[in-house]
This record gives sequence, structure tokens and C-alpha cells, in this order.
Amino acid sequence: MTGPTLQSETDSAIGVKQWLDMYRRMVAIRLFEEHVNDLYTRALMPGLAHLYSGEEAVAVGVCYALRNDDYITSTHRGHGHCLAKGASPERMFAELLGKEAGYCRGKGGSMHIADPATGNLGANAIVGGSAGIATGAAFSAKRLGNGRVSVCFFGDGAVAQGLLYESMNLAQLWKLPVIYLCENNLYSEYTSNSEIFAGDLLGRPAAFGMHAESVDGQNVGVVYAAAKRLVERARRGEGPAFLLCNTYRYRGHHVGDINRGYYRSKEEEQRWMTDRDPITGHAAWLMKQKFADASLLKQIEAEVAGEMAAAVQSALAAPYPSLDQVEKDIYA
Amino acid sequence: MPETKDRELTFGEAVKEAIAEEMRRDSRVFVIGEDVAEAGTPFKVLSGLVEEFGTERVIDTPISEPGFTGLAVGAAMTGLRPIVDIMFGDFVTLTMDQMVNQAAKIHYMSGGRWKVPMVMRTTLGAGRRSAAQHSQSLHAWFSHIPGLKVVLPSTSYDAKGLMKTAIRDENPVVIFEDKMMYKLKGPVPAEDYTIPFGVADVKRAGSDITIVATSSMVQVALGAADLLADAGISAEVIDPRTIWPLDEKTLIESATKTSRVIVVDEGYERYGVTAEIAAVIAEGAFFHLEAPVKRMGAMHVPVPFSPPLEDATVPSEKSVFEAARELCGKS
Repeated sequence: MTGPTLQSETDSAIGVKQWLDMYRRMVAIRLFEEHVNDLYTRALMPGLAHLYSGEEAVAVGVCYALRNDDYITSTHRGHGHCLAKGASPERMFAELLGKEAGYCRGKGGSMHIADPATGNLGANAIVGGSAGIATGAAFSAKRLGNGRVSVCFFGDGAVAQGLLYESMNLAQLWKLPVIYLCENNLYSEYTSNSEIFAGDLLGRPAAFGMHAESVDGQNVGVVYAAAKRLVERARRGEGPAFLLCNTYRYRGHHVGDINRGYYRSKEEEQRWMTDRDPITGHAAWLMKQKFADASLLKQIEAEVAGEMAAAVQSALAAPYPSLDQVEKDIYA
Repeated sequence: MPETKDRELTFGEAVKEAIAEEMRRDSRVFVIGEDVAEAGTPFKVLSGLVEEFGTERVIDTPISEPGFTGLAVGAAMTGLRPIVDIMFGDFVTLTMDQMVNQAAKIHYMSGGRWKVPMVMRTTLGAGRRSAAQHSQSLHAWFSHIPGLKVVLPSTSYDAKGLMKTAIRDENPVVIFEDKMMYKLKGPVPAEDYTIPFGVADVKRAGSDITIVATSSMVQVALGAADLLADAGISAEVIDPRTIWPLDEKTLIESATKTSRVIVVDEGYERYGVTAEIAAVIAEGAFFHLEAPVKRMGAMHVPVPFSPPLEDATVPSEKSVFEAARELCGKS
């Protein structure tokens, strides 16, 4: 098994406590998604959901480099981003179940979690649709001089959308503090990305003269270090950047996408889970560094599992919105 | 109405005055779009604005409507109040995802936790011999979408007051200006005033027939009303001013009073603003009507270039006059 290495990028400001916290957060996302899959399978959750399992190191590494008041925009596969930015699992489960206690009072659901308190401008169900919003948040940050940075999460499926490039052009022209964070999980819905884009992904930011880097998205330390550097660079007024995180989606495009043989093999899936898992990789690194032993990690997992189970129960028991809510919040 | 003191401004000057006053009043307000700064837009509506407020607040963009509209949505969510300038109404098609899927829905989808206080100003109307991609009136598209407000000023006075209300509104507001009207003069108070949305204006009182007219069609309706007066028919001309929210009460009351109604709007008649307003009146005043509500919109064709063809596609004083006379049984 290939353990993660931080190379020379270890941030001295980060100590054992933070590395363990990143572990906890990745475990939380994994367990959250397992509960979602379970709720869906047992027909307790309406609609559907796009699970983030396998990509945890990206959301956690990036959001660890952000302040609470920094902005993110998320995607249809957004549970991980929202949790990593500080969302409460209980209110997220409530939202996924369409309950009044949810982040959007049950009106948004899985694909639209939004939360001003954690700088979450919203998950977006239009692929690439939030590129303008993230760029606009960076525009506000620069104009208002509040030092905030905006991160636009999107998948490789969004790189064929024009809005992304229009937004990147504006951001680079105006030196806006925004990070375009591409999660390349190799598949655009049910289609291999070898069929999706021509040319090289990093050639795209290069065309705008935008700073760009590519990292192993399965290594939370590497993602964190790169994100930290680019975020602080943006915060200093040095402009936008493009960070490509190479990762993998363990589950289907959505919870109902079970038979995936026509677009990818079980062997490939197994290889990523065995050799490149971000959680076991980080666990191995923590133990190698003597930051934790197996029993501490087990204890963290047990604690998170307890929190998640309680959050699910609470959300299941919570009431639906009253019917008079249907016509509220259309206009501010 | 505040004291006008006989001051007259063109429609375009009234728009600019509203924007300038709001920019002085609120440092969060800025204008963004193609050739809005030094060029002052192709119609010169914003000429001089950049001299007062600088390029930080009157921002020229690349030709990139989805990009700068999307940027405005994000800026509006995070503390600013953008006015997005879409040069020709036809180009709104490029912004539809940002307006319909993003701006219009963010407040609702977030359970009321985010809001998008932005204005999009653009144009409508044929008549400039600009052919099918620079002449459409697409305001009905936005009126169909919950979460947006749609404003159609028809006079200098309304242009200023409605623009100021739009800029102060907490929601995405789309304002369509008739580009043939920019040079039209009318009284405009120098002082601060706003016009509430959802309040129709009776542009001319009458008793025999109601002509509900929007934007470019208000002048057409007033011209037709003059012709009708000569023919002994008293026409009431009502301008809804905002098609969402819509002042249904005033429309129904006028229809109840006159018992005959024509609705004139430059958008396409089919599935258009005229259809909606006709339905509102038919439902609300059915037992008072002497005749079916008549719709008059643009012909269902792409706007042609050739002048006689283009002119045939839009209601005119004459066609409205004739339709009104027929509806009153005096043709």
C-alpha cells in the first residue's frame, strides 16, 4: 500500500491535533455517505444523492486551508464539501430528508445545501453552474477588502462548460481571490472523461495565464499544503489559481447507479479502494509519524459513528415543513 | 406624484439619473456590462457615469454575458448590489441559466438564507431595422419564473422611479427598456422618489374600452386612444408597469367599468404577456365583459430586416384603433 507523504510541504503551523482532526473529518464524510446510501436503499430518503465517498481528502484538505468566513460553492456531489466547511451532519441529514430543520428548511435537498454561517454559497445542481457565483464572491471580497477567498469546487464533468472559462477569464483579468478546484474523478456521470475533453486539463488555466497545479487528491496532506499555498497567495492579492486534484468516485454517479460495468470495471474500483484510499492512507501516515496508534484511530471512528447515528435518528424524527412553507421564501 | 417643476428628461437620462442617485446613496451599487464605461453603452444611456464613479464601479466587461451575469449573482449574494447591463434584450438568452436556475432560485432553494439583490437592465422592441437577433421582446420568459420580478417602464417618470425601486429591492429584478424610447422626453422630478412594484398606472382615463399596454405599446395605445376619441370612443389606457408582480386589481376594475378590453404588448402574442393578462381579466371580470378580451402582440415570426416587413410584425396606432373600434361594434 502506498502511504501518503507530505514531502517538503508539511505546514509547520499544523500539528498532531490538526492531522488527527483531518482524519476525523474524512471519516465523518465517509460515514455520512454510508448512512445516505443506507437511507436511500431502505427507501427512507426521497429523491436521490450523489455520494462523495473516495474523494474525502479533497474537501477536507481544501477546507482546512480556509477560514470560516471564506466562501465555497459546491456541486451536486457536495455533501463532503459542506461537511468539510463546517456543516452539522444533523441539519444536513434533515435537509436530505426534506425536513424543516434542514439547512434549507427542506426546500433544497441533497443538491442544494447552503449555509451563510459557514460561507457555503450553495451546492449547485447545474454542472459548472456555480463558477460565476464563486467568482462573484471573490469580486465582492476584493471590492470590500475583507480578505476572503472563494473556492469553486467542480468535477471533471464541468470542464466542458463555457461558463467556467468565462469566469476564469474574468478572474484572471481582475486578479480575483478565487481558486478553481477541479476534482478529477475520471467519470462524467456514466462516461469516461477520455470521451469528454480534448487536450490537457492544465492547458486550460494556462491559456488564461492562470497559476495552476496538479496534486494527488487521495493524500489529504498534499491537498492541504497546495490549497493553503494557493489560498494564501490569493489572499495576498496575487490572483486566482487552478488546483487539479486527481481522485476517484467509489460509488456510482448517484445512489441508484449500481451496475457500472459498461463504463468502468470492478477491478479498477477495487484497485483505488485498496491502494489509494484517502482515509486508510492518512491513517497509515499518522501511525508512521507516531501521531496516533490504531486504538486512537478506532476510538475516533467509534466517536464519529456514534455522532452520525444520532444525527440520522434525530433527522428521521424531525417534522416536515408545514404546508404554508411552500409559498414562503420565493422573494426576500 | 412629487412636484415636477416642469423639468423634462429623456427616458435615457431618467434611467441614468436613477442609477447615479442610487450609486451616490449606496456604495455597494455598481454597473457591469459590455461598453458601459467610457462608451456609456451603444445607446449612450450611461454617458458620463464613469466620470463620476470611476471604472471600479462602472465596469466594462468582455463580451461574456453568462460570465458577468454569474459574477453578479455571486457578488449580490456577498454584499454588493450589481446592475447588470445586457446591451440588447436578445442577448438575455445567453444568461438564462444564471438568471433562471441560479438568481431566481437561490433564495428559495436555500430556505431563505441567501438572497440575490441584483438588477438586470436590458432592452426590448423592434423598429430599428436590426433584424431577428437585435429586436426581440423576451420579457415574458422571465415573467414565467418564480423568484424574478419584471419591470417595463414606459415614461421618463416611471423609468427613474422604477429603476430606483429595483436597485433597492432584495431580489433579482429584470428591467426591459424600449430602445426606441430613449430620446422620448417627459417630466421627471429632480428629487428622490420611488414607484412601488405591482401598481399599475392609468395613463389615460376613459369609459368605453380599456387598453392595457406595456412599455413600447403605451405610446401606441395613447395614439390609438386619440384616434378613438375622434371617433367618439372613450378609451382608458392602463400600464401595469411591472408584469410581475402584476396589479390584477386595477386591471379587473377597469375591465369591469368599461366591459371591453384590448391587451397590447410587443412580446409574442402566443403564450405571451397578453395571454396572461387577458386570462386574468377574463377570470376576474367575466360577467362584466361585452366581448372577448382581445390580445395584440408581435406576430409569431422572427423579426424581419426589411422595413415594411418589420413594421407589419408589431401592433400600431392604426391596428389598435381598428381593433378597438371593432370591439366596440363601430367598425
